[in-house]
Amino acid sequence: MIGTAARTLKLGVQSLLLHGLRSLLTCMGVLFGVASVIAMLAIGEGLSFDVQQRIQALGSNNVLVRSVKPPESNSASAERSRISKYGITYRDVQRIQETVPGIEVVVPVRAIYQDSRFRDRRMEARVVGTLPLYRNVNRYQVSEGRFLSAIDLKQSRAVCVLGDRIARDLFPLEDPLGKIVKAGKFSFRVVGVMQPRTVIRGDQSGSLEDFGKDIYAPLSTVRELYGEIIVKVSSGSRDMEQVELHELQVKVGSLDRVEPVSQVIEGILEHGHKDKRDYEVVVPLSLLREAERTKRMFNLVLGSIAGISLLVGGIGITNVMLATVTERTREIGVRRALGAKRGHILFQFLVETVVLACGGGGLGVAVGVAIPFVVSRFSELVTIVTPSSLVLSFGISVGVGMIFGLYPAWRAASMDPVEALRHE
Amino acid sequence: MNSAQDSAPAVVELKNLQRHYFMGTNVVKALDGVDLTIRQGEYWAIMGPSGSGKSTLLNLLGCLDRPSAGEYWLGGKNVAQLSDDELSETRGKDLGFVFQSFHLIPQLTILENVEVPLFYQGVPIQESRERARALLEKVGLGDRLDHRSTELSGGQQQRVAVARALVNDPLVLLADEPTGNLDSKTSEEILALFEELHQQGRTLILVTHDPSIADHATSVLRVKDGLVDEITQGGRSVPGRSAG
Repeated sequence: MIGTAARTLKLGVQSLLLHGLRSLLTCMGVLFGVASVIAMLAIGEGLSFDVQQRIQALGSNNVLVRSVKPPESNSASAERSRISKYGITYRDVQRIQETVPGIEVVVPVRAIYQDSRFRDRRMEARVVGTLPLYRNVNRYQVSEGRFLSAIDLKQSRAVCVLGDRIARDLFPLEDPLGKIVKAGKFSFRVVGVMQPRTVIRGDQSGSLEDFGKDIYAPLSTVRELYGEIIVKVSSGSRDMEQVELHELQVKVGSLDRVEPVSQVIEGILEHGHKDKRDYEVVVPLSLLREAERTKRMFNLVLGSIAGISLLVGGIGITNVMLATVTERTREIGVRRALGAKRGHILFQFLVETVVLACGGGGLGVAVGVAIPFVVSRFSELVTIVTPSSLVLSFGISVGVGMIFGLYPAWRAASMDPVEALRHE
Repeated sequence: MNSAQDSAPAVVELKNLQRHYFMGTNVVKALDGVDLTIRQGEYWAIMGPSGSGKSTLLNLLGCLDRPSAGEYWLGGKNVAQLSDDELSETRGKDLGFVFQSFHLIPQLTILENVEVPLFYQGVPIQESRERARALLEKVGLGDRLDHRSTELSGGQQQRVAVARALVNDPLVLLADEPTGNLDSKTSEEILALFEELHQQGRTLILVTHDPSIADHATSVLRVKDGLVDEITQGGRSVPGRSAG
């Protein structure tokens, strides 16, 4: 009967208000459990959203091949000649293009670190020689002017497109378009400026890569001007490297072909680079899957922590309800004498516990929503409160109330009326 | 009047009622065979020293406990071996309790206190509210309906308890030392209230150790060592089995 339930509920609230402070403190146990679950889930959700965004910026349809300098011990011959030769070659590109099915585009990238200058302003920059398709494959947006064109490439024009930071630092006041920028010994005419872009590197470091200090130029131009050998001067010693290409960006036609294609590429490269492992293959899609796995693990760990904190809250409820039952032994005796069945008593105390748990859970939801809000407000962390986390944590807290209230309620119900009435 | 009462239907009939407790290997016979007939409208006092078995008898009469042997006919029904739930129902429907220390529920208003037995009977809220209010007005507390029991004097609390005991219109009203926690003046008031109920035809059973209170009753049962010691009814004294 609804009337009975409503009146039992009212009675429960009245009884809890009789010991307001105690009830409030008991609620707190549940409150903190629920709030921490919601807040942690929100922060975790935000973090993984952030990571996924950055990985997706790498292009989930892409496979990246990067040149990696092999460990020193392996290159004893290079030591003598003082030129270390490693990395992806144009032959590799040709082989991949010719033999791997399902590839849409292969974009080679050559990157050389140079000092860039405009009048008296200078800045360390990375000159990136590549193809016009680089922009499409990376879904990279131009903010001013244009990106490299096919004619730039064909005619090996000395033109360049600036990353956002370089454009800002070299041209704080002027419009960079049409100006001549020097990179190392060579001059380029600026034809465009890119929008900001940051992605996850996708290697073991997991660090972020900022493209703001890039200067994009046609691959053919970079090759002609700078040659194949790069001289690095570090702490007095001259270090020479011969690297044909630093990176290959391979765009695969369909998503389900990404991983097979990456395996084939791996195979081809292994064949061509028998003696040394001077490259790495990065598959953003795999990273994404890994990130999802990590997120699942994270949620599992969070779930356990949440479970433990709710368990503690639940034990708090049991404890308080046991005390309440003992304290109200006489009331129980009186109610039994006035016609209450065991079921009535059981229900009465169970309702009281559930009210406690719901109160704690409700407050916990409020605090749990407030914490991520404050966190995002005062830090750069992204937080996402999902409705399911609210429902879940509230539901669990009510469930905990039921389970942990069962024993005290049963104790109350199974009291002998005579003993209960005699209790002082 | 005496003959009229004799012909009134029996509300309570105890036949060789026994209650034994087991303490390790010892058997304590708290009640060792009690026979008693209480008719409609009678006013009984149960007396006896502590340890005589009068509390045990009251618990059995109140269906709070089950006898080890014997029969207990309440309103024509043997309630000696009912289940726990059936006993609860019997208490709620056929019995009213008044306790020495009132036993009102502190978190409820006095109106809600009086409603408690009806709540367990599943009486709809409007009806139960009406009945509780009417009874509280009858005991002179109609202007205190929303007060908590802690705001009332002892005498007022016991009036609330009497109203609560009557709200389900019971066959028998059981009172356990109802004036034990009251001063003599309020005791008189409560006893006057009982007298009034007796005049209205209620069946009352009152447990006391005070002979001056027992004098208000029309019949007195003395219990000793778990047996009926003496029954005094209408001035005639009938010795119990232990005396014989």
